[in-house]
Amino acid sequence: MDKLKKMTSYRLFWPIVCLALVLLFNLIKSPSFFEISIKNGVLYGYLVDIFNRSSELIILAVGMTLCVASSAGTDISVGAIMALSGAVSVYLLGSGETYAIPWIAAILIGLVVSVLCGMWNGFLVANMKIQPMVATLILFTAGRGMAQLITGGNNLYVKVDSFKYLGGFLPHIPVPTPILVAIIVVILATLFLNKTATKLYIESVGINPRASRLFGLNSTKIIFITYAACGLCAGIAGMIATSRITSIDANNVGNLMELDAILAVALGGNSLAGGKFSVAGSVIGAITIQALSTTLYAMKVTGDQLPLYKAIVVIIIVTLQSPEFKKYLNRIKAKRAAKTAGEKVA
Amino acid sequence: MAMVEKIKNKLRGNGFLLAVTIVLFFVLYIAGAILYGDRNFTSPQVFLNLFISNAGLIIAAVGMTFVLITGGIDISIGSVIGVVCMMLAWMMEVKHMSAVVAIILVLVFGVIFGLVQGFLVAYLKIQPFIVTLGGMFFARGLTALISSDMISIENPTFLSLANYRIYFGFITYYNNRGVAMHPYIYLSVVIALLVVAISFVILRYTKFGRAVFAVGGNEQSALLMGLNPKVTKLKVYVLNGFLASLAGFAFCLNSCGGFVEQARGFEMDAIAAAVIGGTLLTGGVGTVVGSLFGSLIKGIIETIITFQGTLSSWWTRIVIALLLCFFVILQSVFKSIREKRLAQGNEK
Amino acid sequence: MSDEKKTVLSMRHINKTFPGVKALSDAQLTLREGEIHALMGENGAGKSTLIKVLTGVEEFETGEIIMDGKSIINTSPQEAGNNGISTVYQEVNLCPNLTVAENIFIGREPMKMGRIDWKTMNTQAQKILDNLELEIDATQELENYSVAIQQMVAIARAVDIQSKVLILDEPTSSLDEGEVEKLFKVMNMLKKRGTAIVFVTHFLEQVYAVCDRITVLRNGHFVGEYKTEELPRFKLVATMMGKEFDDLADIKGSGTSSKKQSDEVVIEAKGLYHKGTIKPFDIKIHKGEVVGLSGLLGSGRSELVRAIYGADKPDGGELYVKGEKLDVKAPIDAMHKGMAYCPEDRKVEGIIADLSVRENMILALQAKRGMFKLMSRKEQEELTDKYIKMLQVKTASRETPIKSLSGGNQQKVILGRWLMTEPDFLILDEPTRGIDVGTKTEIQKLVVKLANEGMSVVFISSEVEEMLRTVTHMGILRDGEKVGELEESELSQENVMKAIAGGDK
Repeated sequence: MDKLKKMTSYRLFWPIVCLALVLLFNLIKSPSFFEISIKNGVLYGYLVDIFNRSSELIILAVGMTLCVASSAGTDISVGAIMALSGAVSVYLLGSGETYAIPWIAAILIGLVVSVLCGMWNGFLVANMKIQPMVATLILFTAGRGMAQLITGGNNLYVKVDSFKYLGGFLPHIPVPTPILVAIIVVILATLFLNKTATKLYIESVGINPRASRLFGLNSTKIIFITYAACGLCAGIAGMIATSRITSIDANNVGNLMELDAILAVALGGNSLAGGKFSVAGSVIGAITIQALSTTLYAMKVTGDQLPLYKAIVVIIIVTLQSPEFKKYLNRIKAKRAAKTAGEKVA
Repeated sequence: MAMVEKIKNKLRGNGFLLAVTIVLFFVLYIAGAILYGDRNFTSPQVFLNLFISNAGLIIAAVGMTFVLITGGIDISIGSVIGVVCMMLAWMMEVKHMSAVVAIILVLVFGVIFGLVQGFLVAYLKIQPFIVTLGGMFFARGLTALISSDMISIENPTFLSLANYRIYFGFITYYNNRGVAMHPYIYLSVVIALLVVAISFVILRYTKFGRAVFAVGGNEQSALLMGLNPKVTKLKVYVLNGFLASLAGFAFCLNSCGGFVEQARGFEMDAIAAAVIGGTLLTGGVGTVVGSLFGSLIKGIIETIITFQGTLSSWWTRIVIALLLCFFVILQSVFKSIREKRLAQGNEK
Repeated sequence: MSDEKKTVLSMRHINKTFPGVKALSDAQLTLREGEIHALMGENGAGKSTLIKVLTGVEEFETGEIIMDGKSIINTSPQEAGNNGISTVYQEVNLCPNLTVAENIFIGREPMKMGRIDWKTMNTQAQKILDNLELEIDATQELENYSVAIQQMVAIARAVDIQSKVLILDEPTSSLDEGEVEKLFKVMNMLKKRGTAIVFVTHFLEQVYAVCDRITVLRNGHFVGEYKTEELPRFKLVATMMGKEFDDLADIKGSGTSSKKQSDEVVIEAKGLYHKGTIKPFDIKIHKGEVVGLSGLLGSGRSELVRAIYGADKPDGGELYVKGEKLDVKAPIDAMHKGMAYCPEDRKVEGIIADLSVRENMILALQAKRGMFKLMSRKEQEELTDKYIKMLQVKTASRETPIKSLSGGNQQKVILGRWLMTEPDFLILDEPTRGIDVGTKTEIQKLVVKLANEGMSVVFISSEVEEMLRTVTHMGILRDGEKVGELEESELSQENVMKAIAGGDK
């Protein structure tokens, strides 16, 4: 009994249970669900597909986790930043038979743009003390417009074959590149957070900024950094999304991804009120969302009906997490206990 | 002298932000008139079209203003508008219900939707952003569940409502070809202006309206002064749900149909309109008149860009973002000035 | 004569427990018609809790409140209001975004034809303000006025409600003399009208200026009810602090007299001040010295050290650390110069609730070293274990979240956090508040030990006795000003209390 209690109090217990339930459901429905095969030198299978498709979301969720933890706020501009940085890179590469500038330069410049966007958000939130949601609303509104400005309103295509590598497969490697990139991002982020004092700082500032200041932390700087990092993550996700379709569609790349990213953070057991966080939790959250989507697709739910089911999941989860709801439950329990006690006396 | 003092007092603080918004609107209008006066920019109909094409936005922005004043937020508005249009179309075209019944049903839907969201926010104390994010997903998914194809409305009653023009017979102007015209508005504009007027009265002249401000100013104080913040918030979300569905109805009068992607991102337009109109997202400050002008500013930017001809429509969003940025920073600067002045006042 | 006055309200045998703390035990309060009744007590005496219980902000476990012969229980401020009790809180509890007039009238606005009658509301509000001789515009938003004016508006609101019982919970802390005079005028007027007023304040002169009776609470217990004229000022201080004068001799002897003195100045402040909280002060702290700061709550004792440490950036004056001038922009600057600061409010400024004991302990040292020099897990654990052992922190493990520890153990963790940085100068603001007697003695012993090892310590406590045991000399503060110092030879409970009270009166 104690062991069970200990297990359920483990942070990642419920997120893992959620994911496991979704996967189990699939296993029962179609036993071939867990099969992975190699066709034409690359991996195939439901699991690979889920993992592959959730890559961008995983990367976004990593950045979003940091913003939420440090500032108890959400960055709603990540989708727009994806589109903007993607547009910059594609524009620089040009639509010729060869790249207009070296691939790596275009990607780096795109990422620099995304970091600048993140720094702008960070400046507004940390230095100007504007609420995160409002501060990021500015880029949310303008980001896609700026992307359109760069592309001239057209979908630009990159014709060079190697552009597909990032969103597809590298030659002779059977694992989809997005999965590799996502793994690298998660590992680098985890290393950086845990091998420096960054994680400790972010949690401390997120939980109690006043006390943190008194023992020497600079909350402005820390919050700023998390937003810049979130911008970078959005940029990386933007590169993958662009490469997948070998083009930039400024209206649709990363559309509504910010909401999924926030949802992934919450599903991963992280409090949206900031403080202690788990990157691993957000990653599990992101995979759960994609697994749920894939499952629902398999059940013939169309893509545009999907939000309905997501909404139900969101509301159930946040209601269960609500302290008021727990208080209410406890009150009922106490009443019942009092009643039975009263009956015993009688 | 006393008058000057009075105006000065009014302009101090948040009145100033509203004044900036109204002045900005007229500056933009005059700029448009100077640039494109030769292409009939100044015709009364162009001005009234601002209201016609933004009736839904005005209503939604007013609802949003209530929510923002309490310190909350509602990002489900766009999806609610989408689902309301779809429900109207589906009920009238697929289920062949009468227009009146369909309209009443969607308004009831809006109230129930607001009630649920309000309960979660006020009584379970879940962050408004998350609750309404759920609401947003839910309504959008519901739209698709009803029909993934576009449904056009052909119900004669509804179409006659949609096309009912109210002419201003006392104003006459001449169009490009020199024909005498009377300017007109549609029913949706009347609804929008009524909503603005009634909301203004509610916020200014009822106990509920003042409680909305008190809760947004300081919830703890409001409680200690004998108000009931939970009930106030619940009422605000219900009202907002109703206004969102009403905005959906006004929207539908313009679009006469429902499709899944309709009014996507509309909530952000409404928030932007409110912020440009001087509403603070930290709560406690806001006016419906400001939100009206905020909506009209979006309209006038769109109109100018249309008249300009070569600029593409995404410029609208960029310009709005710039304005948003300007106003947000203005608010932030204002706040710090006030804090500084108070710190000195406390010193004495 | 005054004894025959009718009792309006009486609270009897009130008990209230917060998790881990008994806030009120058998507390009582009796209010008579037309009297001004001071409720006195030091930090943690239970004044605020008693008032919160009365006004329905907090529930209580046992006891009863009798008003006009009927037993009542207020479950919310609204209910208290309906029962005829109105309150002005220490923190201004008004809405800054509304106009002054609205703040006076909200919830009971004058209506005309179903809508709020702004004209009547504004003129009535203006009349109330004029009666209070407040030269402010009722139609302006409240946030345009200073905290003092806001407090007066809160008073105006409470007065206008015309309740039977008016509670003023430290309303004067932000008021200047003129405003206090106005307040007293209003209080005396209400008194004539028959209102019973509870007046909580830490300014003794004010108690003696207006109050008829005094109820003293200590550690949640009712100590006694006195007529003001029968309780001289320094006796009141003694009652609040819980020492009869006959006992004084014993304590004196138990002090540690073997404190080393050194001529090396560690901290020197010249004319340091922070607007609105602490007036310019000078202070010199030597190596190995324990300096006590004494004064009632709100006297500026905390604000003085906050200005030195840079917790509130000083607005002027100079600070020298070991002879070197230091411009503190943020606490980290002070930390690098060897300072450490245990703040008064453990919950708000001390603990990081969700983090573990280990994380809470290493944070200050880690911050000093910098973000990229993460202490190895082994070092973290060794240091944490060392201080857990040294301070005898009772915790299930070093990975237990600090929020699940008791107050005293949380305090030890915070202390450990700072000792880990091996400071030269340690500021302890009420380190023993709300913790049990055993732990208190341990902390006192530790302070003396640290000083003997050469650390300079500033020690602030509401309990004079505790300070007498530990400090080498003492600074006295009153009304935001450092008014004097007592050398070791002058340190006695009586002298300290007289100094705090401001003379022999």
